[in-house]
Amino acid sequence: MSDDQMVTIEVDGRKLEAKAGELLIEVTDAAGINIPRFCYHKKLSVSANCRMCLVEVSKVPKPIPACATTVNNGMQVFTRSPLALAAQKGTMEFLLINHPLDCPICDQGGECELQDVAVGYGSDVSRFVEGKRVIPERNIGPLIATDFTRCIHCTRCVRFGAEIAGIRELGATGRGEHMEIGTYVEKSIDSELSGNIIDVCPVGSLTSKPARYQARAWELVQREAVAPHDSVGSNLHIHLRRNQVMRVHPKDNESVNECWISDRDRFSYLGLYSEDRVTRPLIKTEGQWKECDWQEALDFAAQGMKKARGGDGDQIGALVSPTATLEEMYLTRKLMGGLGSRNVDSRLRQGDFRGEESAPWLGQSIADLDNLNGVLLIGSNVRKEQPIFAHRLRKAAMEGAWVGFVTPFELDMNYRAEQLVSSPAGMISDLAAVAKALGLSGSLVDDAEVSDVHQRVAEKLKTAEKTTVLLGNLAVAHMDYSLLRHLGALIADATDSVLGFLPEAANSVGARLVGVAGGDGLDSLAMLNSPRKGYLLLGVEPDWDFWNPSLARQSLSEAEFVVALSAYRSASLEENADVILPVAGFTESSGTYVNAEGIWQSFNGSVKPMGEARPAWKVLRVLGNLLDVADFEYNSSSQVLEEARDSSTIQPGGNSSTPGELNVRTPAAGLVRAGDVPLYASDALVRRSNPLQKTNDAISAAVHVNPQVAKDGGFSAGDQVMVKQGNTGATMALVIDEAIPDGCARIPAALSGTGELGGQFGEVTLEKA
Amino acid sequence: MANEVCLRNLDQDRPWLLKRYQAAGGYEVLSRILKENTPPDEIIEEVKASGLRGRGGAGFPTGLKWSFIARNAPGQKYVVCNSDEGEPGTFKDRDILRYNPHQLIEGMIIAGYAIGATVGYNYIRGEFWEPYRRFEDALEEARAAGFLGKNLLGSGFDFQLHSHLGAGAYICGEETALLESIEGKKGQPRYKPPFPAHFGLYGRPTIINNTESLASIPVILEKGGSWFKKLGVENSGGSKLFSISGHINNPGVFEIPLGTPFSELLEMAGGMKEGSKMKAVIPGGSSAPVIPGDQMMDLTMDYDAIAKAGSMLGSGAVIVMDDSTCMVKVLERMSYFYHEESCGQCTPCREGTGWLYRVVSRIENGKGRPEDLALLDDMTVKIAGRTICALGDAAAMPVQGMLKHYRDEFEYHIEHKRCMTGG
Ligand SMILES: Cc1cc2nc3c(=O)[nH]c(=O)nc-3n(C[C@H](O)[C@H](O)[C@H](O)COP(=O)(O)O)c2cc1C
Ligand code: SF4
Ligand code: SF4
Ligand code: FES
Repeated sequence: MSDDQMVTIEVDGRKLEAKAGELLIEVTDAAGINIPRFCYHKKLSVSANCRMCLVEVSKVPKPIPACATTVNNGMQVFTRSPLALAAQKGTMEFLLINHPLDCPICDQGGECELQDVAVGYGSDVSRFVEGKRVIPERNIGPLIATDFTRCIHCTRCVRFGAEIAGIRELGATGRGEHMEIGTYVEKSIDSELSGNIIDVCPVGSLTSKPARYQARAWELVQREAVAPHDSVGSNLHIHLRRNQVMRVHPKDNESVNECWISDRDRFSYLGLYSEDRVTRPLIKTEGQWKECDWQEALDFAAQGMKKARGGDGDQIGALVSPTATLEEMYLTRKLMGGLGSRNVDSRLRQGDFRGEESAPWLGQSIADLDNLNGVLLIGSNVRKEQPIFAHRLRKAAMEGAWVGFVTPFELDMNYRAEQLVSSPAGMISDLAAVAKALGLSGSLVDDAEVSDVHQRVAEKLKTAEKTTVLLGNLAVAHMDYSLLRHLGALIADATDSVLGFLPEAANSVGARLVGVAGGDGLDSLAMLNSPRKGYLLLGVEPDWDFWNPSLARQSLSEAEFVVALSAYRSASLEENADVILPVAGFTESSGTYVNAEGIWQSFNGSVKPMGEARPAWKVLRVLGNLLDVADFEYNSSSQVLEEARDSSTIQPGGNSSTPGELNVRTPAAGLVRAGDVPLYASDALVRRSNPLQKTNDAISAAVHVNPQVAKDGGFSAGDQVMVKQGNTGATMALVIDEAIPDGCARIPAALSGTGELGGQFGEVTLEKA
Repeated sequence: MANEVCLRNLDQDRPWLLKRYQAAGGYEVLSRILKENTPPDEIIEEVKASGLRGRGGAGFPTGLKWSFIARNAPGQKYVVCNSDEGEPGTFKDRDILRYNPHQLIEGMIIAGYAIGATVGYNYIRGEFWEPYRRFEDALEEARAAGFLGKNLLGSGFDFQLHSHLGAGAYICGEETALLESIEGKKGQPRYKPPFPAHFGLYGRPTIINNTESLASIPVILEKGGSWFKKLGVENSGGSKLFSISGHINNPGVFEIPLGTPFSELLEMAGGMKEGSKMKAVIPGGSSAPVIPGDQMMDLTMDYDAIAKAGSMLGSGAVIVMDDSTCMVKVLERMSYFYHEESCGQCTPCREGTGWLYRVVSRIENGKGRPEDLALLDDMTVKIAGRTICALGDAAAMPVQGMLKHYRDEFEYHIEHKRCMTGG
């Protein structure tokens, strides 16, 4: 029987059409017929262990699990016959005998699958009079609270770990009644997707640690939002009580995030309540910061900008966070335009602006990633950059796709992949060699030395059916990004692969669509390299959000006037800005993000901005009015959106890369920094989420080198070393790490202590401090 | 007419040695098959004709099981032997491993040939150190003699055989838990379907049979399926090993034709101990419901007769109890076993076996309540037939058997808070 053959079955007297081979529970779910279940989860393998979904099927003497039974033509199913009900009630009784029934103090209370089903299938009195099983609390890290006494052993969490997160830490140890869920050795669950086990757990055995004991489910109001970090644009449910976000859950969207979200998207909301939120406007006069009212601050800002501009609009520029909304970006560009400046950019971490590229689309739909047969990722630690994309690629890999990486340090993988690990300069030669193996020629390519590995990569991309070449955050930050992109494009072209980008941030693509990235003014590096007299900063922290933070601070501090729209204050912002206008944070304002696929996703504000903060689009509007910019009357963000949409001419489509000059800037010898942005350092909000900052992914500033490099320099692990990069320098600990190739020093950026350094890529020397 | 199949060489000195086995005609069937290139279907037909039913407990026809394998499907296939022998009361496979390992090896190679498998595993109970060593030595001998390895006897057929020592879990005797265990995972049964014939070891087509089933093969093929079948009775072909224990004079393993009266088996085992009167018999391992002694004396030892009496022949483990035995205590002991050995995967068994044990235990300890027997009845219904593997049924059936035949003893315990047998 072929799988797409249709069959007819009868469930409780209702005729249903189904695909042959489909699971009965899928068919009944689709038809809205409720069969109770605990272990079944549509995204996980079938384990059929809870026995809650037992139903009666004609000609089968025993009740059988709907979650593990495939339908066949003419099958008659009874979900509520005496036999089925007796089986379901029997299971329910067994599940409850050892369950603590501590619902009044359980965070799952009110949204617990066990509670819900027990109402329908449980009995009022327990016949179990023995003592119940108790399991001591286990600490599995700062994000997830455990209470395994409540566990019903459905193994959804274990299967999630093994099948989705690709980690084997969680398991069921012990037999029979002594079976317990846990980590074999007590340790934290380190996965960028770990929080999803909170959702898959049907009971209160795994709950959110930060949200623990904070609210009852029925007190919460649900709103929708779009995740503000990476370019996936995961759909979220925001749960709030009064005016506070209490927790964040995924909202199902099969074509974007399915039913998952990354831990960053789930737990970053806690950064909203950080102590350094700005709640009143601040202005600096004679080096002193003082709070003031909005009128004064806005006047001050408008005057300052006007003065800095003088008679030449080109003297000012705007540096915009790529997590700003489309509306904010559009108004920033329009405001700058009104002042005669075309200098706006959100590509704050790009290390090389030579040549030209199309908008940084994924080049395919997000769901397409699941079905790829071959993938080459260039400079992408995708698991820590866009965790949901990593999950999709892992799915493809588990189905047999070949996945390769060209990377400046070895990546921690949760599936088998081919990694070409070489120094920043080596990345270029590796790609050139792959291009040569494909029979290409030209500058860069001709001199390349082709090895077996390069041949294999070429072969894989050429022979696999659906293939793609993707550029990630590390590629964009590379000082020869334009060369990596050019070579990637050549390889993609020669292998009939889709050229795609894994954009860094929630609105990297949106920025491009409204001319905030890739417009005709100065790019972010140029704006800092030839300093402007005035800057407008939107959601940006000088120490952490720039490719070269030293350069950024230098240019900002020398400017006549800097106006910052920000939700937070930070030392480097206070040092460099003249006015800080408090703006709404995540969930506090309406807006739109355009994700990697090019989907425009608008959202409303869920809570009121904190204190006197205002949505940035409103602040920009008033600034525009004060600066007499024409056509700057907007009553709603949707009005801004409409105008932005009308003005944008770029449509998702094939990607392209036009090379600029093809000389290599990366030093071939010496030690070259590769500065990745760690998962929980990517933007102002996540940097302030305490629980995320307590995870093992929240690393501190350090220089990572391999044992040989350490030995050559006479360093041992833990030494404090002075890192010199151009005319900048910082002291930090040395970590010896086999994952780093020769000629490379991995020095992550955007961490406290790295703001004193130069570009994310560049030559460095190490000295004993 | 005893010891004609698996224990046919028991009368020899050190019968486990290759030369002894060969002297008695061992490996000749295999050699003939390899030389003549016997069509596999012929072998399977012969096994079908023999009426051999799985000796591991479920009694599934072995030939039929082999015919489920898509012999010509490409890729690796496996033969797995179940020597886990964990069912309380069962100790027959141990004797095959100790005294006749080569017959098992020969049987497995033939099975491999018949289904197109080139690799076999023998999963041996963790506590069986001596049998394991014996089997390993036999493997060495067989390899050296060219019966295992590549290109057996120049036939072009390869067969490798490995033993795998268990780690002491009863559940690893369940065929799919056993496969998981070989794969290095936690020994937990898989949901079926798919059955091992389609998705077995490492996801490949696999046949898994009990030690005795596989060790019977060479003799069946030597003497013919109908010869074997005629040893036994209708629906119960062949002879079978019985491990008999309890209050008898001469406990041990006896190979007798199926259909032999129980009374004869009891006689072979030396009869009841001096001065003791038979009370009850568990005829097929601890999972089989108990049968009162007088009823048992009228039964023959074959699948149908025992089933008709409401129990099962199972693995052929016969436990004989005299009238000093307290049935509540027996059940408490058995329930404890299943409670401890449940893998914990599925709800009715994980929770139910513990609950069963606690209720039986409190009756035994004088804390029973009048409603407890109804509770036990109800629980067994809610466990049996609703679990992933048959351990749930195995835990429920002894309870049902005891409550059917010895309910009064339980009632007495509850009411008087002590035992009516004085035990
Ligand atoms: C809990 C449980 C334990 C079992 N233990 C054994 C065992 O120790 N030995 C055995 O041969 N079969 C055992 N079985 C039966 C096997 O699952 C399987 O049916 C048997 O190995 C098939 O071989 P056969 O067809 O030759 O009997 C057990 C089954 C269950 C449910
Ligand atoms: S912790 Fe939750 S998800 Fe995991 S097995 Fe227990 S009940 Fe299921
Ligand atoms: S019936 Fe018992 S032993 Fe079998 S799978 Fe279920 S829990 Fe495990
Ligand atoms: S949902 Fe079917 S057995 Fe658990």
